[in-house]
Amino acid sequence: MSEEIKTNGYKLYVGKIEEGFVIDHIHAGRGMKIYRDLGLDRLDCSVAIILNASSKKMGKKDMIKVECPIDQFDMDFFGFLDPSATVDVIKDGEIISKPKLKLPEKLVNVVRCHNPRCITSGEAQLDQVFILTDPLRGTYRCKYCETAYKNED
Amino acid sequence: MKKSIISPMDITVDELGALMDLADDIMKYPEKYAHACDGRILATLFFEPSTRTRLSFEAAMLRLGGKTMGFASADSSSATKGETVADTVRVISSFADICAMRHPKEGAPAVAAAHATIPVINAGDGGHHHPTQTLTDLFTIRSLKGRLDHMTVGFCGDLKFGRTVHSLIRALVNYTDVRFVFISPRELTIPDYIRNDILIRENIPFEEVSRLEDVLPRLDLLYMTRVQRERFFNEEDYMRLKDSYILDKKKMSLAREDMMVLHPLPRVNEIATEVDSDPRAVYFEQVRYGMYIRMALILTLLEIKVD
Ligand SMILES: [Zn+2]
Repeated sequence: MSEEIKTNGYKLYVGKIEEGFVIDHIHAGRGMKIYRDLGLDRLDCSVAIILNASSKKMGKKDMIKVECPIDQFDMDFFGFLDPSATVDVIKDGEIISKPKLKLPEKLVNVVRCHNPRCITSGEAQLDQVFILTDPLRGTYRCKYCETAYKNED
Repeated sequence: MKKSIISPMDITVDELGALMDLADDIMKYPEKYAHACDGRILATLFFEPSTRTRLSFEAAMLRLGGKTMGFASADSSSATKGETVADTVRVISSFADICAMRHPKEGAPAVAAAHATIPVINAGDGGHHHPTQTLTDLFTIRSLKGRLDHMTVGFCGDLKFGRTVHSLIRALVNYTDVRFVFISPRELTIPDYIRNDILIRENIPFEEVSRLEDVLPRLDLLYMTRVQRERFFNEEDYMRLKDSYILDKKKMSLAREDMMVLHPLPRVNEIATEVDSDPRAVYFEQVRYGMYIRMALILTLLEIKVD
């Protein structure tokens, strides 16, 4: 059985997932970045990336479908990568959960501080630590120099 | 109080009150405190030179009966050999009881605090924090004005990059009925996070103007900073505006009898030397208050009580 997605008149068919997850409602244009940031490009599993799918809610959206054992992912990261995204977790071909994405309190070695005056730019052995300082706006700040991280490309 | 002081935000309003009360007492009865730190050592770890700040810390420790050691620039430290901040403070923790660190990289004292077993005081990290300057400013105002509330505070000059300005604004919003007047060229106004996240969000009255003369008569306090030529986009604007941000006798004649002029020093030309003899110019007295508040901070962080 296949699921049908409309993109600009073409039809894309993606096989049904037995075990894995679907990240939906990604802001159009961020799909590839999330694919890389999650390290999916380094995994030995099937991934389907759908870019610019039409969406009633968002106009355009990206989606990522991954077939893989579900216990190897930290779901928290999805919310950080794109706060609008939703995740369906699939096992035995059924959606077993739709975890509510919340922003992690702390990110260690996920993103880098871009402040050239930051101590982390001079001492490479330091962990890159970011703290969630404004949960409403999703603002993260470097633990050391407090520069905000902008979650954009 | 926290074990280390990295940001002015590390000190609560109550702790600040207690620190200033202690500094008051030290000023009144210095002999009581002259041996409070006998046998203790303060390390001054200055990875970039700042003679005034370093001497202020050393004078504070010496007047408490303690001793000091350290280095005054990165050349004379092990940093030139590539030693990390973390390793430096691990070593210093064995030698000293407390340390004050200045570093050109932002966040370096926070790294130090995470690895030291002794209290770390941030003595300035790049354009980031300089908590003892904020303590100095607040203690000067409280000592000379008798209060930190109910006043109109003017900030003049470079309000965009001046970290001492940002820290002092953040500290003063905790007090009742403090109003702000920001005097700066358009290019150097307060950053958005101060305007939106602090002043507007907390409903603090403030105005932004470009001419000092227009607002001087209304100020209880004027905090001067330097406007640097290189901050301007073009020479024309700089020439047009530069005199507007220089405080001289003529401008002082517009100010109230009890208006106080503060400046974090070093001063270049933004305050004419003819103003120095005006009793309202308190920027050199500020330095003395800075030493006493550092004495109070050292005692508090070392948890030394003097009866
Ligand atoms: Zn940083």
